[in-house]
Amino acid sequence: MKYILMMNGKRSDFEGYARWSKEDLQTNVAFMREFSKELKDSGVFVASEGLGWPNEARLVRAGSKGEPITDGVFPESKEFLAGYWIIDVESSQQAYAIAARLSGAPGAGGTTGNMPVEVRRVLSSHCDLGL
Amino acid sequence: MSGQTPEIPFEPLLRELAPQVLGVVARRFRNFPLAEDAVQEAMLAAFRQWPREGMPQNPRGWLIQVAARRFTDMVRSEMARRERETALAVEEPIIEPVEDIEAEMDPEDTLILLFMCCHPVLSRSSAIALTLRAVGGLTTAEIANAFLVPEATMAQRISRAKQSIRASAVPFRAPTPQERGERQATVLHVLYLIFSEGYASSIGARLQRLDLAQEAIRLTRSARALLPHDAEVAGLLALMLLTDARKAARTGPHEELIPLDKQNRTLWDRAQISEGTELLTLALSRGAVGFYQLQAAIAAVHDEAARAEDTDWPQILALYELLLHMSPSPMVTLNHAIAVAMVHGPMRGLERLRALDNNESLSGHYRLDAVRAHLFEMLGDFNKAVQHYRIAASRTTNLPEQNYLMTQAARLEDARNETRNEPV
Amino acid sequence: MKYILLMSSTKEGVSRYHTWAQSDRDTHMQTLGAIMKELVETGEFVATQGLTEPNEAKVVRGEKNGLPVTDGIFPESKEFLLGYWIIDVAAPDRACQIAGRISAAPGPGGTATNMPIEVRRFADFRNTAN
Repeated sequence: MKYILMMNGKRSDFEGYARWSKEDLQTNVAFMREFSKELKDSGVFVASEGLGWPNEARLVRAGSKGEPITDGVFPESKEFLAGYWIIDVESSQQAYAIAARLSGAPGAGGTTGNMPVEVRRVLSSHCDLGL
Repeated sequence: MSGQTPEIPFEPLLRELAPQVLGVVARRFRNFPLAEDAVQEAMLAAFRQWPREGMPQNPRGWLIQVAARRFTDMVRSEMARRERETALAVEEPIIEPVEDIEAEMDPEDTLILLFMCCHPVLSRSSAIALTLRAVGGLTTAEIANAFLVPEATMAQRISRAKQSIRASAVPFRAPTPQERGERQATVLHVLYLIFSEGYASSIGARLQRLDLAQEAIRLTRSARALLPHDAEVAGLLALMLLTDARKAARTGPHEELIPLDKQNRTLWDRAQISEGTELLTLALSRGAVGFYQLQAAIAAVHDEAARAEDTDWPQILALYELLLHMSPSPMVTLNHAIAVAMVHGPMRGLERLRALDNNESLSGHYRLDAVRAHLFEMLGDFNKAVQHYRIAASRTTNLPEQNYLMTQAARLEDARNETRNEPV
Repeated sequence: MKYILLMSSTKEGVSRYHTWAQSDRDTHMQTLGAIMKELVETGEFVATQGLTEPNEAKVVRGEKNGLPVTDGIFPESKEFLLGYWIIDVAAPDRACQIAGRISAAPGPGGTATNMPIEVRRFADFRNTAN
């Protein structure tokens, strides 16, 4: 069963991350790399992506003549997707356990984040042409 | 496919033979799109059968034979379809002996294919995909993997590219001198784009991802062999060699980006730098200096410095002034501003950047803020440097760059805090 | 350039979707299917994926006693990701254009949903500096 593990953040969270110390940044990057490697080694890794930051995000709606309207504004409280992992596991328990590991990623000032990780099951449908 | 099995000994040979086989089959049967599909299938058949049965005595002849058979199969089924639709009998194509077909091989074929695949009617991404398959001899799966798209998507891109070429009635013959003059820049640009696509780090990258930089160098070497007197082709090859020579020093132990001025130059490939420099000298001696030769010259000046502080910045500045006249792109302008700063001080560099603030293609581009940050740091204005490093970090989608920029901001902030805490 | 187009909604929005007539839902899906087919044709399609209902969503925050700490309670206003498209296009405008097409897919009574689609560029890992 495929699950997506999502890391979300408000604009302020991204800005905060940009202010981390050199050591904290390095530790976090190393953790993420190790995390991906563990997923690959255990054969559950499907995909992982990072997304551009909130300033680069665009909100698009259909205009009345089919042209895209791109001036949508995000509310201050909006949670932006920062990145995700897609894993293929046997059970939801396994997915939550992996999410818990991700959630323990080291944070600012050497703390462990207890970063919230949203877990959703991915539909398998005729639309799933994937990679 | 071959992207997953390590070390197929005949893989380099297959790639080398592919454009030769395609040239001969396309010219013989006068149908480039179908011939290209047929050759691709012959390649895949070779990948399947040669490991089991051993490589044939005449590998090229084998590929031509299989491709010719596949071609006629494809035509037959197309004809059968038309017959069913129009109830008209159609004549079958005659297949000659393979030796006769092979005898028609022309060393110029690869050049014809290169110009065909880089035809201006194609989008850049289509030209890149088609060139890698038809001239590079890569499989669709390998190309798809290199660009991280599904194989079906890549196959479709290539198919559409060939349809565009067919619709433009591009003849299968060597380009005339005038055509070469008009279209060579596009060919070189496609090769350069393939080169710049390279350098994926292993973070997030799939296993056994193709080294596109090496493919680009290989294809450009072929182009040079076909156009040995062309200074710009030599210049492009020199640029690739001189840039690629630094690759071992470009990434740190934690996969982090290491900028030019911080690289461990003992890791640079000196033999490759020599080769690139010699090639460049030869190219420059031919007279008018072109775009790639200038960029190669700049790379050569960097590469000849044993330490970053030995870099001949006045020469680099002079070269960027020439480049600016020839091709005033935003990236060239940014690099020129850095060179100005290195020779005349950061204030002058920042002045040049201010002129770019109203430039539409640069506004919001992270590199403008990244360069600005670097110059403010040189100036000692740490507050502004930190600010611009962070803006640049929030704008770039390149992760190694983003980490690098945030690390610079963090480093400067530490330095700033230290000076604040220093006893009076 | 790779972009991800995100379609999100509140739980309330999802409930409203459930009240659509089946024929309207079918038409909506057919339109999306046609867009996907087009994008495969143009060589821009990378992937599209739907996620299961927000009711099953969980947030995990660390571990306690060796077990993940999961929570299924979210604020009313939370926007849940329903699905996404990943495309590979030549320019940002094209990504927005495709997003506009998806947003124009018909809803109840055949009028466009005008759903706002979030367009985000993918980060890449190439170490191309110098």
